[in-house]
Parts: sequence; C-alpha cells; structure tokens
Amino acid sequence: MDLFTAIFTGTIIAATPLIFAALGELVVEKSGVLNLGIEGMMLVGAAVGVWVSYVGLPLPLAILCAAVAGALASLVFGVLALTFLTNQYAAGLALAIFGTGVSAYIGKGFGSTPIDALKPLVIPFLTDIPVLGPLLFNYDPLVYLSFILFGLISWFLYKTKAGLIVRTIGESPDAAHAIGYPVIKIRYLVVLFGGAMAGLGGAYLSIAYTPLWVENMTAGKGWISLALVVFAAWRPARVLFGAWLFGGMTILQLQGQALGLALPSEVLSSLPYIATIVVLVIISRNRQFLALNFPTSLAKPFRPAR
Amino acid sequence: MNPRLELRDISKRYPGVVANDQVSLSVMPGEIHAVLGENGAGKSTLMKIIYGAIGADEGEMVFDGTPIAAHGPAVSRALGIEMVYQHFALFESVSVVENIALCVSGPFDLAGLSVQVRDVSEKYGLPIDPHRLVHDLSVGERQRVEIVRCLLQDPKLLILDEPTSVLTPQAVAKLFETLRQLASEGCSLLYISHKLDEVQALCDTATVLRNGRVTGTAEPKKSTPTKLARMMVGADLPETHHGKAITSGKPKLSVKGLMTSADDQFGIGLKNISFDVFGGEIVGIAGVSGNGQAELVSCLSGETPTKTAHVITLDGADVGQMDAGHRRRLGLAFVPEERLGRGAVPPHHLSDNAMLTGHRLGMVKNGMINRGAANAYASDIMQKYNVKANGHEAVASSLSGGNLQKFIVGREIELAPHVLIVSQPTWGVDVGAAAFVRQALIDLSRSGAAVLVVSEELDELFEICDRLLVICQGEISPSVDRADTDVEEIGLLMTGLNTPSSVAPSGGISR
Repeated sequence: MDLFTAIFTGTIIAATPLIFAALGELVVEKSGVLNLGIEGMMLVGAAVGVWVSYVGLPLPLAILCAAVAGALASLVFGVLALTFLTNQYAAGLALAIFGTGVSAYIGKGFGSTPIDALKPLVIPFLTDIPVLGPLLFNYDPLVYLSFILFGLISWFLYKTKAGLIVRTIGESPDAAHAIGYPVIKIRYLVVLFGGAMAGLGGAYLSIAYTPLWVENMTAGKGWISLALVVFAAWRPARVLFGAWLFGGMTILQLQGQALGLALPSEVLSSLPYIATIVVLVIISRNRQFLALNFPTSLAKPFRPAR
Repeated sequence: MNPRLELRDISKRYPGVVANDQVSLSVMPGEIHAVLGENGAGKSTLMKIIYGAIGADEGEMVFDGTPIAAHGPAVSRALGIEMVYQHFALFESVSVVENIALCVSGPFDLAGLSVQVRDVSEKYGLPIDPHRLVHDLSVGERQRVEIVRCLLQDPKLLILDEPTSVLTPQAVAKLFETLRQLASEGCSLLYISHKLDEVQALCDTATVLRNGRVTGTAEPKKSTPTKLARMMVGADLPETHHGKAITSGKPKLSVKGLMTSADDQFGIGLKNISFDVFGGEIVGIAGVSGNGQAELVSCLSGETPTKTAHVITLDGADVGQMDAGHRRRLGLAFVPEERLGRGAVPPHHLSDNAMLTGHRLGMVKNGMINRGAANAYASDIMQKYNVKANGHEAVASSLSGGNLQKFIVGREIELAPHVLIVSQPTWGVDVGAAAFVRQALIDLSRSGAAVLVVSEELDELFEICDRLLVICQGEISPSVDRADTDVEEIGLLMTGLNTPSSVAPSGGISR
C-alpha cells in the first residue's frame, strides 16, 4: 500500500466515528436541543459493543446493541432536559460524566482484551479495481453505513415534511406548538436518534478502529463532534467535510511524527484542531448563512402554553 | 340556522388574574364579529381558547351546533377554524410555501402547493411569491402569508388578532376588501381590535370585553365611538390638552446629513437624513417598522456613534461621536422601544431602575449609592406618574406594560431634559395610561424641551405632534405641519410613494 492510499484510507476511517456522532448531534441541535453528552453516549456505545461481542454474540448484533445503548443513555438527558426542563447545558454535562462512569463500570470485566475486529467488506469486482479499489472499496461496512446515513439525513432534513418540522421546531417551538405539532415528543425522538448515532460512533472505535475496550477510549472525540456541528454551521455536508479535514490532519501529523519532523510533537498534535477550526470558521463566516442555519431556540427549555 | 360558533360561560384563570370570566358570545355564518377591548382585557386569551392553543377552565364551545369536547389546534383545523396571530406564527428560516406546507394535511408536494398558493393569492388580491424566504419579507407581506395560509384551508371561521397594528392605512383598506369578500362567501370572522374606527368600518356586531368580562354587545355601524369606548374603558376616553407651541429660536436637536451603511443584509442604511427639532415642540417620525427607525434612534441616543461628530448637534454642540452617557450629561434623555431589557432591568427593583439614569441627581457620592435618595426618587416618580406597583421595591418585570412605561417616561422627564427621544411611547399600553403618557410628553414640550417621538401609531402621532416626518427605506420626508396633512397623505409617504398631497388617495378607511 503506497503512502497516498494509506493516508487517504486512514483519513476516511479516522473520520467515521466523528461523522456518526456529529451527524446525530446535528439533527438534535436542528430541533433546538443541545445535548453536550456525546462523549458519554459514545463511551457507553463503545463499551456495550465490546461486551456483546466478548460474550460471543455476532458483531452486527454488537453494533445494534451499541446504538440502542447510546439511545438509552440519551434518555437520561431527554428526561432531565425535555420533561423536567433542566438547564440543557447542565443535563448534557451530567450525561457526559455519567456515561464515562457507566462505561468504565460495564467494561470492568473485559478491559484491554482484544476482540475480533470488523473486517473490510470485499465487494466483488469493485474491490479488485486497480488504484480505485483499495482507495474506495476496501472499508468495513460501518464506513459505508456512515455515508448512507449522511445521504439519508440530508434528504430527511431538507426534502421531507418530517425534516421540515424538525427544523422549524428548532427555530420556534412556540409557533410549532401553536400550529399543533407535539414539540416535546418530536424532540424526544430526535434526542434518541442522536444517542443511537453517538452509540454507533463509539462502537466504531471499539469494534473496528481499535478492537478492544479501554476506559475513556474516545479521548475527546465526542467534544470534537460537538464543535464540528457548530463550526459547520449546522449543515450536514460541512460536517462531513470537517470530519474528513480533522481525520486527514490527524493522519498527516502522525505520518509527520513518524518521519521525524523537526516540530515538537505537541505542536503537531494540535494541528488537526487548529486546521479544522480555522477552515470551518472561514467557510462559515457569511452572517446571513449562519442566521438562516442556526437553530434559534437552541438550548432554550420549552414548556407548552396551557 | 345554527350559529357558526357559540361560547357559553368560558372562564380562564391564571395565578392572580382572571383572564376570562364567564364570557359568552355567538357568531353567525358570514358574520364579521368584533371583539373589542383594551390591552389586557382578555381578548387574546379568549381567541387562543377558541383556537384550542390553550384550554379553558370552565365553559362550553359549540361549533355549527355540535359541542367541541376535546379541543386543540389540530381539532380546530379539522373543523375549519383558522387563526392569524398578532405575533406571526411563521418560521423565518424556511420559504413561504414550506411554512404553508406545515399547516396543510395531505402529501408533501411543494410544487403543487406553490400553484395553489399563487391561485389563492391572486383570487383575493394578496400577492406573494411562494419561494421567497420568510426572513426576507416585510411585516405586511408576512401577514399576507398568514392569511393565505388560512384561506387555503377553506376556513369556516377565521380569527384575526389585531391584524392592522403593523399595516399602513392603504394596506388596511386592502385587507378589509379581502375580509368582506370572505364574509360574503359565508366565512365567519372574529376580528380582535382596540381600534374603534376600524371596527365601525368593518364589523357587523361587536362583543366588548373589560377585565375579562363581557361588558356589552353592540352593532358598531349603528353605535358611536363614544358609546363603544365607554363600554371598553368603563369611562369616557381621556383627552389630551395642548397648549400653544412656542418654539425656541435655535434647534435643540439637529441632524445634518446622517448616513449609515446597513450592518447586515437585513438592516437598513440611513440615507442623508436631516431634520431639526426646536424647543417647545413635539416632532413625530412615522413609518412602518423596519424602515430605519431602529438605526436612527440608535444613532441619536448614542448607542451607535456616527462617523463624524457634526452630523448630530445637541444645543449646538457636536455630539455624533459621544457615547450615550456623555450625551445624557448634555441634557438628552431617551425612552427606548423595549421596556424590559433596554428601558429597565427586568429583575431589578424600581429604585435601582430609577437610578440607572437618575444617578446624576445626587444619588451617588464617591461611588457609593445613597439608597434613601434613590428610594425617595423612585417613590416620587410613582406618585407623580400614577404608577401602580407594590412600592419602590417591586421588580420591573412585575409591572404591567402600561405602568412600567409610565415609570420609565416619568424617570426620563424628571431629569428635566433639553431633548427627549421617545420610541413607541404607548406600545401595548392601555388607553388610560397611553393618554397619561401623551399628556406628559405634551407638557414637557410646552415647558421648553424638544421632544422627538418615533411611533407606528398614526393616530397617536396626529394627536400629540406639532410636525410630522415620515421615514421609509432609510430616507426621511420633508417635515409637514400636523394641521396641513392627514392620515392618507402620511400613509402614502409610509409606503414610499413620494406623492404630493394634491393627488387624491384611493380607498382609505371610511371614518
């Protein structure tokens, strides 16, 4: 495998957990809910995924269980923020901390024990195409799933009535309620979806990327996903681009460190963060664009008028 | 024939307030029925109950002879009850047709719906482009969207909550034509307003509310404004008294060639604005909101310093680049449009709020607050300006709109300013308090101060101003004496048609 192929595929793979988590959070935030607990939900998903696989059940079931576990974790936030109208920042932070603790507890019995990794999917003919095959058709099924979900989410948000309702609830829940939409119910569904997506992102880390459970193995990827959504101005395509940028810079700086670049490793490690923020801020600085895409009611508790 | 809608003894209580107390009314098919009342009389609450957005505590609603059991907005839409809200229930970040799609059942077909929207808007003379973002629409256009949205449902009962508060007189006339056409097709209309002339021009019958109770019913076309007002207010309408305006020789406030650029695509740039305000007079600035009023007021108050100092002069001093505090020291006072948040700090006591601008009157010594002086000052304002509140320790947000406005206006007048700028002096203020505030402004001007009033209420401007200016698209019209103009001419200027007064305007509200 030549260097370019290694960097390209490395980028796609490194970006995948971010794409899952950030796209989920994007839909949640579009409905006006800010769930800061992605890190916690990813960790729960990662631990549960490994657990199910460790007890001998097949990987697809492990992935499904990780998504369900992420959704269940998000319910903690949902009940606090949507039913009891707790401050959303506080509820999200609580979930991040709670998820970290719960995942450590779940993973006690099988920490650092390698499991069978999710294997790249061999697609007849396509994988064998010279040059393009290894570049585009040599990934595990979750990578393809992330692309499919990207397409589905973009279509859902901008082409369907349900997506329109989610977006308008994020702009003005009061107006949506006034014309008869069940704001809180819809927000619950969206929060659960965001949790499942974060769970998938976590499972990708522990089942495909490094196939084992280590405490706190997400290492801040939940927080990065959160930042990606904001800097991508709540547009799915920009989230995808931002995730690739971040993944690419991560792989590049690792290669740089391996090649012995004469820069302190701390500087190199910070490059992905700096590059992603700078680039996304530059492409998202149009104020009208921001005004139209920002969910105006983000993080504001909603109580229907009685 | 069954009435289209019948309310029987509807009551709704909130902690400390009875919003509706055994309200009954009945509307026949094709009838235009007014619900009249002052702000806070319970009109909007009643309409929300009819629409199902909030639930009544007691009472019964009967629609076309059938009682409504479990009510809600969805039930309303199934029955054919539609509502145009006072504050529009539109989503700004999506297009007109998407907004409408949210309210119609059936398949999600934006292309087909656009065609329907165009058809209906042409039929009723309400032109709108279905593909524009609501964000880019003017208030009048937004209202058209709301109405078209309701019309698409073939409503049997259409509720309009103060629909004319943001419209020019010409747009009001146009709206009334549409509404009469609808009524002639058999649709019942509930028209909520506190404007007597409109109700007399449009409505067949009226139910008058005061403090949540029905105080009478009337046929507005056969009644007189005085009779209706007495039912609304419970007393005769207070009148303002004007002394003769004796103006100062030199302008107290002078604006020369003020230009700003719009700070974003939605703002308005001011284009070469010049005018003078002399001591002893009230000058009014009329205009539909969003035409540069906010920008102009912000330049005058000192929130936005101008590029050069000499474009704004206060008593002859160039103040364009001074901040608000500096200008206040030179004798400027200012009552902003937003009472809570700009005019007053919502969770703070009235005495703290009085001190915000009154601290110059010896309430602060060596950086330490003299509590006693501040409390006395606040109590003094409350007594003089008839502010009903629970003492000077009441928090600003606990006051009703009218009482807080009286307090803020009083606080500024007590500073004995040379120049007072007031934005929307009586917005959301009930009739009695509004008359009080207007009289206070007139008295201040007659004592020699220059008063500039920015308002969207033409009736108010005509009542108190000596001269009028109209702002439209960031440009300002030449000044006209109140005595030499009328609502029609100002209305035309507000729409941007710089028509000389000799051209006869068409289709105004009959008075």
